Amino acid sequence: MNDVQNPIYKTDALIAEDIDKYLDAHQHKTMLRFITCGSVDDGKSTLIGRLLYDSKMIFEDQLEALQADSKRVGTQGQEIDFALLVDGLAAEREQGITIDVAYRFFTTEKRKFIVADTPGHEQYTRNMVTGASTADLAVILIDARKGVLVQTRRHSYLAQLVGIRNIVLAVNKMDLVDYDQSAYLDIVQDYREFAAQIGITDFTAIPISGFKGDNVTDRSANTPWYDGPTLMEHLESVEVSADADLAKPFRMPVQWVNRPNLDFRGFSGLISGGTVKPGDAVRIVPSGKTSTVKSIVTFDGDLTEAQAGQSVTITLDDEVDCSRGSVIAAADSPPQVADQFEATVVWMADEALLPGRSYWLKLATQTVSASLQAPKYAVDVNTMEHLAAKTLDLNAIGVAELVTDKPIAFLPYKDEDGTLNKTLGGFILIDKITNQTVGAGMLHFALRRSQNVHWQALDITREARAGMKNQEPKVLWFTGLSGSGKSTIANLVEKRLHRMNRHSFLLDGDNVRHGLNKDLGFTDTDRIENIRRVGEVARLMTDAGLIVVTAFISPFRAEREMVRQMCAEGEFVEVFIDTPLSVAEERDVKGLYKKARAGDLKNFTGIDSPYEVPEAPELRIDTTKMTAEEAADRIVEYVLGW
Amino acid sequence: MARALTHLERLEAESIHIIREVVAETDNPVMLYSVGKDSAVMLHLAKKAFYPSPPPFPLLHVDTTWKFKAMYDLRDKAAKDAGMELLVYQNEEAKERGINPFDHGPLHTDMWKTEGLKQALNLYNFDAAFGGARRDEEKSRAKERVFSFRSASHGWDPKNQRPELWNLYNAKKAKGESIRIFPISNWTELDIWQYIQLNKIEIVPLYFSAPRPVVERDGLLIMVDDERMPLKDGEVPEMRSIRFRTLGCYPLTGAVESEAATLSEVIQEMLLTTTSERQGRAIDKDAGDGSMEKKKQEGYF
Repeated sequence: MNDVQNPIYKTDALIAEDIDKYLDAHQHKTMLRFITCGSVDDGKSTLIGRLLYDSKMIFEDQLEALQADSKRVGTQGQEIDFALLVDGLAAEREQGITIDVAYRFFTTEKRKFIVADTPGHEQYTRNMVTGASTADLAVILIDARKGVLVQTRRHSYLAQLVGIRNIVLAVNKMDLVDYDQSAYLDIVQDYREFAAQIGITDFTAIPISGFKGDNVTDRSANTPWYDGPTLMEHLESVEVSADADLAKPFRMPVQWVNRPNLDFRGFSGLISGGTVKPGDAVRIVPSGKTSTVKSIVTFDGDLTEAQAGQSVTITLDDEVDCSRGSVIAAADSPPQVADQFEATVVWMADEALLPGRSYWLKLATQTVSASLQAPKYAVDVNTMEHLAAKTLDLNAIGVAELVTDKPIAFLPYKDEDGTLNKTLGGFILIDKITNQTVGAGMLHFALRRSQNVHWQALDITREARAGMKNQEPKVLWFTGLSGSGKSTIANLVEKRLHRMNRHSFLLDGDNVRHGLNKDLGFTDTDRIENIRRVGEVARLMTDAGLIVVTAFISPFRAEREMVRQMCAEGEFVEVFIDTPLSVAEERDVKGLYKKARAGDLKNFTGIDSPYEVPEAPELRIDTTKMTAEEAADRIVEYVLGW
Repeated sequence: MARALTHLERLEAESIHIIREVVAETDNPVMLYSVGKDSAVMLHLAKKAFYPSPPPFPLLHVDTTWKFKAMYDLRDKAAKDAGMELLVYQNEEAKERGINPFDHGPLHTDMWKTEGLKQALNLYNFDAAFGGARRDEEKSRAKERVFSFRSASHGWDPKNQRPELWNLYNAKKAKGESIRIFPISNWTELDIWQYIQLNKIEIVPLYFSAPRPVVERDGLLIMVDDERMPLKDGEVPEMRSIRFRTLGCYPLTGAVESEAATLSEVIQEMLLTTTSERQGRAIDKDAGDGSMEKKKQEGYF
């Protein structure tokens, strides 16, 4: 290895001789993004540190700090510990492991590189998928002493899953197996057999030592039997997949409508595929309207042509309806539009996926509500086996159907011909309550039923039906603990409404479970489906003009919010029947609390299943302060707007 | 004709995309403007992102009253040229207590910058703030997201960051929470300089070498920018040909001796030099190992 005391800076001679010429060359460099993946102790951080060091991206003061750190906390004795350059956060330095995705930069004479350093241990699938999502190439590290491990399979599978085409198999720590050719060849053969199983047909294997520097940037004298490129040579010459975007039809998701004055209306976005010129015919998706490109406006002047990878502002010849979320596309080859899909989903949150729950789905610049069915199967990332699954836990990967609340423009993440559509095929899922990014996914295709089932236009409108009844439709959504008094009060409310000639209907939790929902139990998933069905029924009844009263525990905020979203603006009235647990339990009208306490009844709200108190209900009824009659009066007054 | 985009074109397009996403998805964004070269690039990208409209948010300068005079001059001009509102915030308490870098050490940065920033964000109810930090500057920054969430008290939790996939950014947040956005996360120092050169972006003249009065303190060359600088016994400012690689409060910012008077020369010197950029800043040396990470958890940008 290089002498640490006298680091050799391989400064480009051109910098000193003719800086302008150097800059001109540098300005035309392309960019490659790649990830390194390996297990703990495979030497990932050391390899990246070595690449930074060899491409002179480490300054003297950093090197001094590195030398001091290496002696203090390093794991390489008196020698320099390159891993310390890369392991950023104090917490992980203490643990001696990398815990998150970190991005590194270095430049050679040919390219600029962005490296995502992703951790290799079991619980961090999400980090690797995150790092891989923007990568053109993956370096899969293998410890020459250990060979192809379960982790190697996992990393390869994940790289392939997000569509990375360029795979480098870096057989590391060759110094520790005395640069033995047969050890290397055995590993490459093992890997080739495995890779073929998951659809990786092509990869580049290189024997290296990140620690000693063999075949990283300089060809090693220790491996005379190897005549392929060094790792750096390969990284500098491999074809960048971003160029493939150019061959696609034109597509640009609209981010922002630029409207400085009445005379200018431009649509700003990052072009995700193809090229565009003034005069090109375009189609706005999902609306389907067509127009012609008038101009491509940028700060540096109007362009005669723009291409994938550029951020521009486009003006059109017609005043068509186009806003954030729309996609402007080549008129003869627009993306598809659908609201039901099959997708691969990677779960990224501690709280498991709840089938049926409504999440935000963000795809390109479109954000819609979406819910997932129970997975068709989950994938064991170690064996690639398909497993039966009811949900997806943190770091689980599965295939599931999903439904969005309105149609979105999309393309399959991987086309049949192998084309990747990351922008219009990749999505994230966001929890509506915590706002965390809980999952990421890749659309496979639209489900046929979504294409064939159309909305039937009704001649008699909901307004007409409500008008005939001389009332405003509402959903009075009672929520509260078991025994809080929901059904009692709901009954009284309905009686009063009936007496006043209002057309109402009471949907009661217990009753519905005897019929419509008799196939559902009390797991979280079933509870969500229970509420979803009741919500849909309630919504249909409001279409018919009714005032719907419902009495369900409905313990989760997210589902109450889901029903609110189903209803027309202002029609959903959340009525929180607020009875303390101690009071409800003391009443215990149906003897359920007793059973739950005895352990005979599982998942009982308030006992071993949570109740999420409404944060801003339209009405809060404190049953310790008023009688059921008073409560009913109060609610009726509210409904009728008195 | 379609061709492979250069790395600078890709970086520019990515940054513009990020800036537009923030404007589309947050209620009240602001751009923190420190007048340095990174801020200059970020501001230029904002102008490009929204042209022909001016950027639809104000600039915020969290002032310490101790910046170089030349920085104040460019600050006002740059905001005017961009057609943007410039908000200047100075921490009143720090002003009253006369907090300064000579007598108060780390407290100076803490009160003027960290506290000042929090106060300003609270005062204007900004829910999103652009910052010009780059991942190549410092190790803890290498792991920070482009969209970085702050609690209602402005704290950063490095272990609870949202995954960022593809170029999809999740800007959803609860009331009171805010986001710091780093549109030039993936730029390196060389990228910044080249972009400044290619786009002819105006930067503070202090980045270019000129004879300036300096004293040598604790191994740093400190420029005597105004009469508030107390001279120690035996200290006599001398004129030396110097320039700055980073800019901050003048008493805390070390100059380098240099003859680089043009952008090309500055870039050449940067490429040939062997010390990293932040070394000229006294601020990173306060608490030794992991000090920036600690500052960020407390709310420093």
